[in-house]
Amino acid sequence: MADVTITVDGKKLTAPAGTLLIEVCKSAGIEIPAFCYYPGLSLQAACRMCVVRQEKVPKLQTACTTQVAEGQVFFTDTPEVIQARKATLQLLLGNHPLDCPVCDAGGECELQDMTFKYGAADSFYAEPKNHREEQKWSPVVYFDRPRCILCYRCVRMCGEGMDVFALAVENRGSSSIIAPNVPAQLAPDNLAHLDCEQCGMCIDACPVGALTSGAYRYKTRPWEMNHVATICTHCGDGCKTTLGVRSTADGSEIVRGDNRDKSGINGDFLCNKGRYAFDFANNDARITQPLVRQPNGELKPASWEEALTLVGKKFSELRDARGGKTIGVIGGNRLTNEEAYLLQKFARSVLHTNNIDHHRTADYVTFAQALAGTANRTASLRETLTAKAVLLVGGDPTNQSPATAWNLRTNVRLNRAKLYIANSEAIKLRRQAKAFVHLAEYGYGPLAAYLSGDDAAASAAAADATSLASFRDAVKAEESLLILIGNDLRGAELKRLIDFGLTLPNAKFALLADYANSRGAADMGLLPDLLPGYTPIGPIDTQDPGSKIAIEYSSPTTPGLDLIEIFDAATAGNLSALYVVGANPVARYDVDPAALKNTFVVVQEMFLTETAALADVVLPAANLYEKSGSVTNSYGDLQQVKKAADRAGVRTDFEMIVRIADKMGADVRALVPFGQATAGTRADMGQTRGVQAGEADRYAVWLTANNLEPRLSPFDPNAILDEIQRLVPGYGDLLRLQLLSGNDQHLQPAAAPIKDNAGLVQISNRRDLVLPAGDTLFTSGSLTRYSASLNDLQQYQPRQTQIQIDQTSVE
Amino acid sequence: MPRLVSHPDEAIVLKRRFGQGAASIDKYVELEGYAAVQKAIAQGPDAMPNWIIDTMKASGLRGRGGAGFPTGLKWSFVPKTSAKPKYVLVNGDESEPGTCKDHLIFREDPHTIIEGAMIAGLAIGAKMGFIYLRGEYRYLLQIMEHAVAEAYERGYLGKNIFGSGLDFDIVTQTGAGAYEVGEESALMESLEGKRGVPRIRPPFPAVVGLYGGPTVINNVETIANVPHILLMGGEAYAKLGTERNGGTRLFGISGHVNRPGVYELPMGYSMRKAIYEVAGGIRDGKQLKAVVPGGSSCPVLRADEIDVGLDFDQMAKAGTMLGSGGIVVLDETVSIVEFALRTIKFYQHESCGWCIPCREGTDWIKKTLTRVYEGGGQKKDIDNVQYLAENMMGRTFCPLGDAAAMPTLGFVKKFRKEFEDYIEGKKAGTPLITVQELVGAGH
Repeated sequence: MADVTITVDGKKLTAPAGTLLIEVCKSAGIEIPAFCYYPGLSLQAACRMCVVRQEKVPKLQTACTTQVAEGQVFFTDTPEVIQARKATLQLLLGNHPLDCPVCDAGGECELQDMTFKYGAADSFYAEPKNHREEQKWSPVVYFDRPRCILCYRCVRMCGEGMDVFALAVENRGSSSIIAPNVPAQLAPDNLAHLDCEQCGMCIDACPVGALTSGAYRYKTRPWEMNHVATICTHCGDGCKTTLGVRSTADGSEIVRGDNRDKSGINGDFLCNKGRYAFDFANNDARITQPLVRQPNGELKPASWEEALTLVGKKFSELRDARGGKTIGVIGGNRLTNEEAYLLQKFARSVLHTNNIDHHRTADYVTFAQALAGTANRTASLRETLTAKAVLLVGGDPTNQSPATAWNLRTNVRLNRAKLYIANSEAIKLRRQAKAFVHLAEYGYGPLAAYLSGDDAAASAAAADATSLASFRDAVKAEESLLILIGNDLRGAELKRLIDFGLTLPNAKFALLADYANSRGAADMGLLPDLLPGYTPIGPIDTQDPGSKIAIEYSSPTTPGLDLIEIFDAATAGNLSALYVVGANPVARYDVDPAALKNTFVVVQEMFLTETAALADVVLPAANLYEKSGSVTNSYGDLQQVKKAADRAGVRTDFEMIVRIADKMGADVRALVPFGQATAGTRADMGQTRGVQAGEADRYAVWLTANNLEPRLSPFDPNAILDEIQRLVPGYGDLLRLQLLSGNDQHLQPAAAPIKDNAGLVQISNRRDLVLPAGDTLFTSGSLTRYSASLNDLQQYQPRQTQIQIDQTSVE
Repeated sequence: MPRLVSHPDEAIVLKRRFGQGAASIDKYVELEGYAAVQKAIAQGPDAMPNWIIDTMKASGLRGRGGAGFPTGLKWSFVPKTSAKPKYVLVNGDESEPGTCKDHLIFREDPHTIIEGAMIAGLAIGAKMGFIYLRGEYRYLLQIMEHAVAEAYERGYLGKNIFGSGLDFDIVTQTGAGAYEVGEESALMESLEGKRGVPRIRPPFPAVVGLYGGPTVINNVETIANVPHILLMGGEAYAKLGTERNGGTRLFGISGHVNRPGVYELPMGYSMRKAIYEVAGGIRDGKQLKAVVPGGSSCPVLRADEIDVGLDFDQMAKAGTMLGSGGIVVLDETVSIVEFALRTIKFYQHESCGWCIPCREGTDWIKKTLTRVYEGGGQKKDIDNVQYLAENMMGRTFCPLGDAAAMPTLGFVKKFRKEFEDYIEGKKAGTPLITVQELVGAGH
């Protein structure tokens, strides 16, 4: 649309014709109040707060529905406009309970703010206010009707945004009420409630305290919390969640998760896990003291000094006596990049072993190698919101990557993006799809083959050959295509699909994994045969840049054991020690506990998991919400993790690795290049000294002024960021300022081009190593059982399913 | 069932087939029925649309639902070509208190509605028409459906109507009992099976209407006039009325008159004559106190303000509206306080609740007036009611807010003294309770 010029309060403003006046004003810094308007949702013009005077138009106009055209003249702050807004507020407050002193939204309420601004505090009415009791709609959603101002944001958020349609308006006039989708008559306990995805977006959108969170209500006041924006630990989308943190006797406690500033990669969206499932951190079952196994077989609390000394001593002895090849290291999917990097560096350079792996939830090895040598072929999560056409093969984003699903829905709804889906399940996103192919079981390989031109594969791919053919034609005809791949595809199937995509001119790719740093774990080289950045392990060749890392580490030059081989070695009695950092392989891979009886097992964990219960030493670990660093989401978007909460007694995995290395007599300065002695370390941004982004680091200023170095501690993850940037292909381009100011940046994987077929071993052999977690909206791996909110929601869901079954039988 | 009435001053156009059994197609055809549509088709396929619209423009017919928008002009806004189907929609959601004219048309002359809708369809190029009756008119639905079935039986509706090569179908539908769906866009929502809440405009129905297609929506009386206008010619129809207010209009005169009923009077006819001559004057020799001139949403006229011509422009000049033609006559026995309360109770009950000023405003006016009526009023309540009504005016999502605010403002401004006297207890027969007692009773 061509630009037009309008006049608002005497100011000339320019905007594309047809832009909503409220948006034009917002970008010019002119505040137009609105309750019902929510960018991206359908227009309502219901609250009448955004009224403005337009020249030559008899009535006041609503800025939320007025599309700007050349020469229009508006006034937004005349006495008439102000009076109209004030009168509307007076009407709203007439029935409002004014229970702000106990309302969760107090201090964060748009109705409060508007009343403050327009001074509509006078009361005219002698009649009692309409009152209804509060309702519990689900374990996490409560509704207080008297506070509701009927802006319908929740209704639209649920229907248009989430494609759930669990909320609607009941009755009419002043009896109108927002109602959930299971009416009292159908509910087992005769109480109306919600049958939905429990995302909490309705709470997020609510401008007042009508919808409140079951996880937070009546716990504290907003101004009593510190608000720390960090990255959610749960799925691989890497949403920003703002944690409300409050001091407690033994540290600081997270009391709330929400999407407060909407500045994250997730935009408006946050799912139930990002919003409620922080509560594992507060679980009473947390280990807060190191545990050491006694001769009688019991795990007993020990001091940090005792425990770390024991671990250091045993690791040194076993390495020296039986060799690094007998030690296995297993890392986690929720470690920071810095921790994952440090862990593999520690394994390779201190333990002298390449026996290192992690629970792989997606085949990033194949993904990186299939894309080796290409440029600009990977997509950011942000591109799912803007891509003109998307091909989704496998996966179920609605359940496993909710932000991806939100973006795809929004893109289809607002931009009319074309979504093509091939899946062996009838996933919910098919409702947004332009074309959906219901694949046969094991149909992904045949689909990749069929797309690549192998017509004979059609029958194995899907029953409906006609729709498959038109699907392929449509996909190939797209000028640009974002290919989103679920973790159902691995190895050769994955490579074939990517190879097909690479024949299209403008295809980009993303592979969806399951946890906050699944991608980072692979990128950082928690792999037995690949160094960071998917650099192959092989004979040292000083001419080969790929050997650079191995030379610096002076690490073994032969690939180590993968996760399954590590446990095979344990069973065979060939594993002297096992070091598990933030993982639960015993449960995940169904390991026979007897296999580890002759192995010295050290586990860094929050809880006494199946794996920790077998350990000789358990070290209490901080979780992702209690540490700083960075994580990389499924798409390769790097983001900063900020320390929010604190728990007395626990340490970060980073610190524990460094301390163990120190106890082993290793050169800590070589492991973590900190301090002045190490060349190449740039000054940090003061995060370790408590400086927030954008704030001057007054300590650093003072230190520098006094010719002192702004010092880094060896436990500071920032100390190793330089090395990651220097050594890990793909991470060289990261912009530190971008990272530290809480923004996301997309990194391109840069696997070394494969010289011969050696590297491709990964593709044919590794299938059984990739184990998709198959989480639902209400599970998150081992954390599930420690999160009260996830447990509540799981228990709550079966009765929903029961109702659905009942309804189906009626139909 | 209302009796049919007549008066020598009436100018009979629309009522010419009333009382003659024209609900039966044979009688309708005998009385020149379906002649107008054939006359239109006879103009030839190319000339026909413009001929119809020009005739309508010449007739000066203005929408009989209440807003008074020129019908020919409205039809001319419909785009000639459209990717989506176009529709004709007949608004029979006659719900304005005091209004009962469409009712008679449904009962006495349903075929003229069908024929009018067909002509509108031919004019704009629609193949489909809907006749929407208010939910409470279920008993008229049978008559209407019978008429539609007869028209299909004769082949007048359906494929190739009257050999024109054009198709036209009609479907009838009833509402579910909401005043709000008389508003054109809310009616479309209701017809589509949704909640009866108005739509944001623009786009207007002529461009994006029912099911997203260009739609002409007209009141029953407007549509029923169309065949007559085509037969008698636009100019002849226009001449019956006043300048820019063509033709005649059905006025439903009710209340304290000797001969209440629906009279067809020329536009611009004197209101005083309508009350005192046509409707036979005030019953039992009582004095006239006030007149609600065009359905309950129109500001009230005092007895000394009724020397005004009944057309859109003269009524606007008098500070009120012609509205839907429902004239409610109030004699001296009426308490304006009670009448104002009864009026706002209706709008409070019918407010759809979509926007804040109407939803909350009607509720608080009702609550306040209820207390005043029950004897717990204070003088500042009158100011509060006026303040509420003034702050609803022009600020609501649809005209329902205005419809509630306008009469309220009329009552408290023109009869303020009566409110004050009532509050001071000068009106006998109402128990006085204190505000505290009232508030206390609610807790």
